[in-house]
Amino acid sequence: MKLYSLTIHEARTLLSRGSISAVELTEAVLERILEVDNSIRAYLTLTPEEALEQARCADARLAGGDAAPLLGIPLAIKDVLCTAGIPTTAGSRILEDFIPPYDATVVARLKAAGAIILGKTNTDEFAMGSSTENSAFFVTSNPWNLERVPGGSSGGSAAAVAADECLGALGSDTGGSVRQPAAFCGVVGFKPTYGRVSRYGLIAFASSLDQVGVLTKDVTDAAILLQVIAGHDPRDSTSVKLPVPDYVEALVGDLRGVRVGVPKEYFAAPEVMQPEVEAAVRTAVDVLATLGAGVREISLPHTEYALPVYYLIAPAEASANLARYDGVRYGLRVEGGGLIETYNATRGQGFGPEVKRRIMLGTYALSAGYYDAYYLKAQKVRTLIKSDFDAAFREVDVIVAPTSPTTAFRIGEKVADPLQMYLSDIFTLSMNLAGICGVSIPCGFDAHGLPIGMQVIGQAFEEERVLRVAYAYEQATEWHLHRPVLGTGT
Amino acid sequence: MKLSCEEVKHIAMLARLALDEQELLLYQEQLSSILEYFGRLQALDTEAIPPTATVLPVRSVMRDDEPEAPFPQTEILANAPSADAGCFSVPAVLET
Repeated sequence: MKLYSLTIHEARTLLSRGSISAVELTEAVLERILEVDNSIRAYLTLTPEEALEQARCADARLAGGDAAPLLGIPLAIKDVLCTAGIPTTAGSRILEDFIPPYDATVVARLKAAGAIILGKTNTDEFAMGSSTENSAFFVTSNPWNLERVPGGSSGGSAAAVAADECLGALGSDTGGSVRQPAAFCGVVGFKPTYGRVSRYGLIAFASSLDQVGVLTKDVTDAAILLQVIAGHDPRDSTSVKLPVPDYVEALVGDLRGVRVGVPKEYFAAPEVMQPEVEAAVRTAVDVLATLGAGVREISLPHTEYALPVYYLIAPAEASANLARYDGVRYGLRVEGGGLIETYNATRGQGFGPEVKRRIMLGTYALSAGYYDAYYLKAQKVRTLIKSDFDAAFREVDVIVAPTSPTTAFRIGEKVADPLQMYLSDIFTLSMNLAGICGVSIPCGFDAHGLPIGMQVIGQAFEEERVLRVAYAYEQATEWHLHRPVLGTGT
Repeated sequence: MKLSCEEVKHIAMLARLALDEQELLLYQEQLSSILEYFGRLQALDTEAIPPTATVLPVRSVMRDDEPEAPFPQTEILANAPSADAGCFSVPAVLET
């Protein structure tokens, strides 16, 4: 058993027993990165010296009997989260040389729990994308097939977890950016309820939709990471003061008394859904039934409107959040003669096409004469989408659905048509609009050996219930034990 | 619905984005077709529906007016493209 293949919970047991050292574990993962990252390209920045230094400290603490939950565990961080002293680019040229003077709250919490930071992972620029192809630097490959995308925007984190280049990773999810790459890469991707985890230090894309999420090899690991990062933060006034329950205790194997809803609208578009994806999810629902869950069909009537609502609200919020990138205080500056010309040139050259497209869309939707027809309308339909979930959760405890209509597509396949790319998020967008929580877990493979993911979705602040259902399914199946064989590709 | 060239230029101006001729045409095409697709929202009757700006019931979160230790000026200026005398330097803001 290679040390890099361990899960967080397995590694913690071996570390606390003294069977392995933090330095050995970190060295093993660093060697793994050297072995495979030339092909996968999950990492934008590696910090091996700092990681080994942190590992040495962890070993000293372990020797003293310190039992911090992540002591000695090497993790990766999506490059939209600020890490003090370590370049943080958001996948963009406009922040290529930016070095934050502070850690994001979630990063500080991981470090306080003893975690070792390996480096920063690749992302679609400013988290805008569904394939990591919008990174200004390079494309990350899916470890299951190097010619396929890892999904996005947390594609680097998902690929790193799948390829054992870290024991777990942080990502961010605004419209599916943790869950969809998790599905494409065959790993677990958890998006907490909006307000459950601090956004302080998360480079903002859409402030009413963004959440930090976790990508891990199994559900137990997701519960462990969530436990460490969740909780109120006075620096994020959208974080809630609710106590954080014990997420690991929520992991029980049976589902008696749990009501599962399957939304009919998610299966109503056969031209969009890959048949193997539908089949795998329906089979998984049958497994939930054998574990004791009561399954029924539900309706989320406004599902078809999630795409236009999201792609009006998110770009509108992004147009405001990205106004700060003006070449004045940090990041790229392209001199343009006068002040306004400098803004124009800096932003024109510093931002990639998808970012510019979304800024323009958002600016238009908010502009005089169009605000009511687009932005305000979208906000009203957002209320309808949230009401659909409120009504559904009066009938069922969790909702189960596919994560993405297809498995990982080929690199380059969808770049020509933005709308085609946006469609790969149709099953994940609604949860961000409603602010509720959800996880993607592996539930099969297609004929090409590409992973299929399914979502377990819960009402706001019901992470425990979601984890319980996900864990029960996982333990009744073996998908989470599969690993890609690196080096093959068709 | 097709955006005019003038409209695209206007949006780019509002967003402080310098775009070349090719980009202007590309975005004109792409934005037009995206907005066309979004027209389907008009089919919904939302007259009586309140907008959702944020899903949380939290509003106006305040903290005590107590100063905390600030970042050292040198740290904040470390990422500046151009700095002088403890300030960010920029092209002239006011015409003289």
